[in-house]
Amino acid sequence: MPATARPLSPHLSIYRWQIQMITSILHRATGIALAAGTILLVVALMALAAGQEAYDGVRAFCASWIGLVLLLGWTWSLAYHLLNGIRHLLQDAGLGYPPKRFVFNSWLVLIGSFVLTALVWACVLAQGGAA
Amino acid sequence: MNDRSKQLRTPLKNALGLGSAKHGVHHFVVQRLTAIALAFLTLWFVWLALEMLHLDYAGARALVAQPFNAVLMLVFAVATFWHTQLGLQVVIEDYVHTPASQLLLQVAVRLLCFLGAAASVFAVLRIALGR
Repeated sequence: MPATARPLSPHLSIYRWQIQMITSILHRATGIALAAGTILLVVALMALAAGQEAYDGVRAFCASWIGLVLLLGWTWSLAYHLLNGIRHLLQDAGLGYPPKRFVFNSWLVLIGSFVLTALVWACVLAQGGAA
Repeated sequence: MNDRSKQLRTPLKNALGLGSAKHGVHHFVVQRLTAIALAFLTLWFVWLALEMLHLDYAGARALVAQPFNAVLMLVFAVATFWHTQLGLQVVIEDYVHTPASQLLLQVAVRLLCFLGAAASVFAVLRIALGR
C-alpha cells in the first residue's frame, strides 16, 4: 500500500477493454515469458557442446508433454513479440498512429502471431513431430 | 518576461541531453538496435531449430559448427540476453517500488543475463572449435 493518501491516476479496471491495451500488455507478458525461455536456449547449447547423452536429455524433455506445451507457448510468444516489436519500431518512426490504422495494425499483429505459430508447427508436424 | 527567464534548463544541460537519469537515450537506442538485429536473427534461429529437428546429435552439432551458423548463434545469444536485460530492467522499474528489492532484482537480472550470454558463447565456441 502507498504510504501517502495522495490521489492516483485511474488504473486498468476503470477502462473498457480495447485491442490497443491487449497488444501493449501482451508485448510485456511475452517478453517476460521469452526471458524464461532463454534458459532452454542456454541449456540446449550447453548440452550440444557437452555430448550425445546431454543432448538426448534435452530432446527428450522437448518431446515430453510439458516440453511441447512450453515450446508451443514460446513459439507464439516469439511470433507475437517479433511482429509487435516490428510494429513498435514503425511507431518509433512515426508510422501507424491514426486511430483506425492503430486498431487495424494491432489486430494484424495479434492474428499474424497465431498464423506464424501455426506455420512453424505445421513445419514441425511435417517433419514427423518433435521426437 | 523574456525568453531567457522562461527557460529552466541551462544551455549545457540541453547540449548534453542526458536528462534526469544521466544516461540520455542510451537505453532506448540500444533496446531498438538489439531489436532490429533480433528481428532478422529470429527468422534464422527458427529455421535452424526446424532443421535440427530431423538431425541426429552429430548432424545437429555439425550444423551449428558451420562458421556461418556459429557466428550468427554467437550474435543471437548476445543480442538476446542484452535485449532481455534491457526489457526486464524496465519491467522491474515499473512494478517494483521498494528500493531494496528493486536494487536486488536489477543486480540479479544483470548478472544472470551476463551469465547466460557467457555460457551460450562458451558453448558455441566448444561446438564450433570441436572440443
